[in-house]
Amino acid sequence: MKPANAPAREGLEVRNLSCSREDRQLFSDLDFSLKPGMALQIEGPNGSGKTTLLRILCGLRLADEGSIYWNSLDTLEHRSEYLAELAYIGHNHGVKGELTPLENLRVARALGGGQGGLGEDEALEKVGLFGFEDVPSRTLSAGQRRRVALARLLINPVPLWILDEPFTAIDIQGQSQIEAMITHHVLDGGMAVLTSHHPLDLSADHLSSVNLAS
Amino acid sequence: MTNSLLAAFVVILRRDLTLALRTRSEIANPLLFFVIVISLFPLAVSPEPKVLQTLAPGVIWVAALLATMLSLDSIFRSDFEDGALEQMLLSPHSTSILVLAKVLAHWLVTGVPLILLSPLLGVLLNLPTEAMPALLATLALGTPVLSLVGAIGVALTVGLRRGGVLLSLLVLPLYIPVLIFASNAIATAGAGLEIRGQLYFLAALLALALTLSPFATAAALRISLR
Repeated sequence: MKPANAPAREGLEVRNLSCSREDRQLFSDLDFSLKPGMALQIEGPNGSGKTTLLRILCGLRLADEGSIYWNSLDTLEHRSEYLAELAYIGHNHGVKGELTPLENLRVARALGGGQGGLGEDEALEKVGLFGFEDVPSRTLSAGQRRRVALARLLINPVPLWILDEPFTAIDIQGQSQIEAMITHHVLDGGMAVLTSHHPLDLSADHLSSVNLAS
Repeated sequence: MTNSLLAAFVVILRRDLTLALRTRSEIANPLLFFVIVISLFPLAVSPEPKVLQTLAPGVIWVAALLATMLSLDSIFRSDFEDGALEQMLLSPHSTSILVLAKVLAHWLVTGVPLILLSPLLGVLLNLPTEAMPALLATLALGTPVLSLVGAIGVALTVGLRRGGVLLSLLVLPLYIPVLIFASNAIATAGAGLEIRGQLYFLAALLALALTLSPFATAAALRISLR
């Protein structure tokens, strides 16, 4: 289906990825690609290496073997161009408890690569945190703190979202809000890689999946 | 790009200063340690002015060094635990520049208060007036080196569960040159002699640390997060 040597012109392509941890093979020879307008759901039981795969995808961890291409360029060689186009929200989402949601987002804007996203207030309103802008984040609930982290996606618009269990600790209403955010991003030509047991409301031509258990 | 890099530097600097102000113990603990150690010496050793005078340069510098070591962990620890450090490394901006902002914040919060308080403690230890400018100059040149070099050590040990001892073992040998030249400069100035040589050496150490340590720290952080 794909040419043997040229990686996809647009989007993310992963080839021959292998990773082991403490003598245990998590996955090997993993191949997949992600084109604009697609979401990729990574499935697998607990401990199958989902989080590790995401950390490898965003370059926080090195794979034992294999390469990752972004817009046909090797991400290890073109690190800063790649980082400017991705957003990662991990299990530890990096929202500082001593700072208010507004201050957290200002820091995220300065660190991030995207330009011309929503304003901080508007982004907080979108994730359902209107009225919580100026309270210390440590007084918020776990779900609300995760919403602050997700609001980062709105202020720095980047094409590739890498999300580790984005729905954890978020209530039913919030889950549909976040889901709508992801769906909108994908249908708008963005890309998302996520680990989640929550089914996404996307048709098959916008959604693919990788199962790490196999 | 350079503009937004500068903006990121300023934002990180302000963020860390705000965090330090909101969790005041970070500022207070090392400073309190510094004051307590120094004020115990006249009680424990001897209140004799002559004795204190000879001890003063060494005591002040050893206390400053240990106070800085106590505070080093705070540079990256909490950011490592809550994932903020990952976000910093995933920023398209140069990690070394962001690291430099964090180290500068650490120095402003821990080093500068030590410098400001040191003349008072010098008086307490009966340090001669001629040695005061030397005390201030060595601290001003030396404490940034402590923060910069310490940051490399913290970056290397932040991923370990009990990195505390390892951190001291890694960092202390690198602190020794600063300690020797700084306390020697103060003692020499107290005897009314020229100290330009020692100060130049400290300035050279600062220049070296300032240019190399951010790169080493950034690389160490990448290894720690793997």
